[in-house]
Amino acid sequence: MRALRIIAGLATIVVVAAAAFVAYAWRSAIDPVEPPVQANIDRALVARGADLAAIGNCNVCHTAPGGQPFAGGLGIPTPFGTIYSTNITPDPENGIGHWSEAAFIRAMREGVDREGRHLYPAFPYDHYTLVSNEDNRAIYAFLMTRKAVSARIPANELSFPFNIRMLLAGWKALYFREGPFQPDPNRSAELNRGYYLTEGLSHCGACHTPRNRLGAEKKGEYLAGAEVENWTVYPINANSPAPVPWNADSLAIYLRHGWHEQHGASRGSMAPVTANLGSVPEEDVKAIAAYVADVMGTPNQERISRGEAALAAARKESETPLAVRTAANGNGVGEAIFVSACQGCHDGRRPVPFGGLNLHLSSAVNAANAQNIINVTLFGLPAARGEPSAIMPAYRGVLNADQLVALLDYMRKRFSDKPAWTDTRERVVATMNGQREVPIYRMDGTTQAPPETSMRTAPWP
Amino acid sequence: MAVTLTVNGKTQQVDADPETPLLYVLRDHLELNGAKYGCGIGQCGACTVMVDGEAVLSCVTPVLLLEGRRVTTIEGLGTRERPGPIQQAFIDEQAAQCGYCIPGMMMRAQALLQANPSADEAAIRAALEPNLCRCGTHMRIIKAVMRAGEAMRQNSRGGGAI
Repeated sequence: MRALRIIAGLATIVVVAAAAFVAYAWRSAIDPVEPPVQANIDRALVARGADLAAIGNCNVCHTAPGGQPFAGGLGIPTPFGTIYSTNITPDPENGIGHWSEAAFIRAMREGVDREGRHLYPAFPYDHYTLVSNEDNRAIYAFLMTRKAVSARIPANELSFPFNIRMLLAGWKALYFREGPFQPDPNRSAELNRGYYLTEGLSHCGACHTPRNRLGAEKKGEYLAGAEVENWTVYPINANSPAPVPWNADSLAIYLRHGWHEQHGASRGSMAPVTANLGSVPEEDVKAIAAYVADVMGTPNQERISRGEAALAAARKESETPLAVRTAANGNGVGEAIFVSACQGCHDGRRPVPFGGLNLHLSSAVNAANAQNIINVTLFGLPAARGEPSAIMPAYRGVLNADQLVALLDYMRKRFSDKPAWTDTRERVVATMNGQREVPIYRMDGTTQAPPETSMRTAPWP
Repeated sequence: MAVTLTVNGKTQQVDADPETPLLYVLRDHLELNGAKYGCGIGQCGACTVMVDGEAVLSCVTPVLLLEGRRVTTIEGLGTRERPGPIQQAFIDEQAAQCGYCIPGMMMRAQALLQANPSADEAAIRAALEPNLCRCGTHMRIIKAVMRAGEAMRQNSRGGGAI
């Protein structure tokens, strides 16, 4: 009897706790509305929303490869399974046509959809929560004036218990702090604006801050770099691997144009970001740059000297006739490959972005691993469509794993003072056999022809 | 210095520096002038050949990478008397104007069709993207590649060579 009573008591506690959790996690639906009449929406609001949506990179995730812009369906790999981005066109059946402005603002601010379901933080509402109502209204106006696309999104492929949305209330209790943004009176107006955009809409930390086992950004490793889609995301705090220290000016140029003469070209998952930032108000890009430069901090004398030495080495090589250096080389497969296949473009004689970056200036050779160089060496940088861009031929067809490992070891030794990489072979083999799947992005703008909006293409043959 | 190369099924010694781009060895040493020098920096595709079935830009590929690999050039796809399917299709569609890009176009198309004989127009457009044509015969080139794919599918059904 006593045992039964204990079991009954425990069962009651479990039921009550579960009921309490459900009550805590419950969010009500917001009534559906008829899609707003596009002609009635203020054009100026739409134009501002277009800029804000570009700063927020909405198109990058909400467009499937070759699909219609904002119609969703891109599979986003996570450690918990694949999440498919939603259709955010005004289509009533498959998109957000029935969402009121209030429902849209709640999704951005709280990570809850119109029907009251918790959203997965693959949708970065932990950042978007900072966005002001005014900006959200502009983004809503922009999205509601896009072409409605009747595209159904595949169901998420998540394992138990991650497929139970209600549990996200627990995740939010642990990791999510609701906005909106409050300006810091001790910061300048530009830095406040920069913080608002970087932390809010631009959600830079979603890639640049590493995540814990439950997929939340580690606050203690703010902008400390990570690995996303098998591209290495560089630290953009004091640990930036750039040989020449970044500053607000160089970051602004890079973010706006997709390249900087002392840092090279944007590629990988960063390419769509710089493409988007090419079309938005310049003050906003400058504000983001000022804030990120502030996070990186003022470089110390040693960092400044290292940058000057790198620039001097690069300049010297760009002025030396190629043949002299070729003849001066000894043995070694890696060196022979570099001199004959890479140096012709990467000696810095032709300026970035149409010439290759001199690798004394490369963040990639100073990064924690060789992944980004592996990716661009094997798959190249495909040409942007409809505009000039950096380009690199793919070497997948000629280099075998041994040759590529030798080349990478040589590059690290010659162009970086950091210790040799230790996992290069594993990365090379896994990338070559497709175990590490690498999406290849173009550098062109997301405001271009529809199928290219996502810029995710098959690896370049 | 001597380098051993296998080109169009024939293995031979070439007296060339290992760092020499494959294109120069093909044209200057082996007198295979099909592959063309366009930009010399891997951006136009005129020099495209195949290495073990993959399209490769020979102007930026040093021969030291090619030991034990099978190089195929346009001369290896057929002869004037017996053109290969891709060559015949380009003739049938009259796909060349000045013709300078055509060997590279054919080699990249050959690599695509060998891997995927039923490549559709979208796949062909995507695959040929790195190859530039300044005369503007793109539409005929695409038609020719589709025609060649059809011929190759028929050949393979009949047990013939691709």
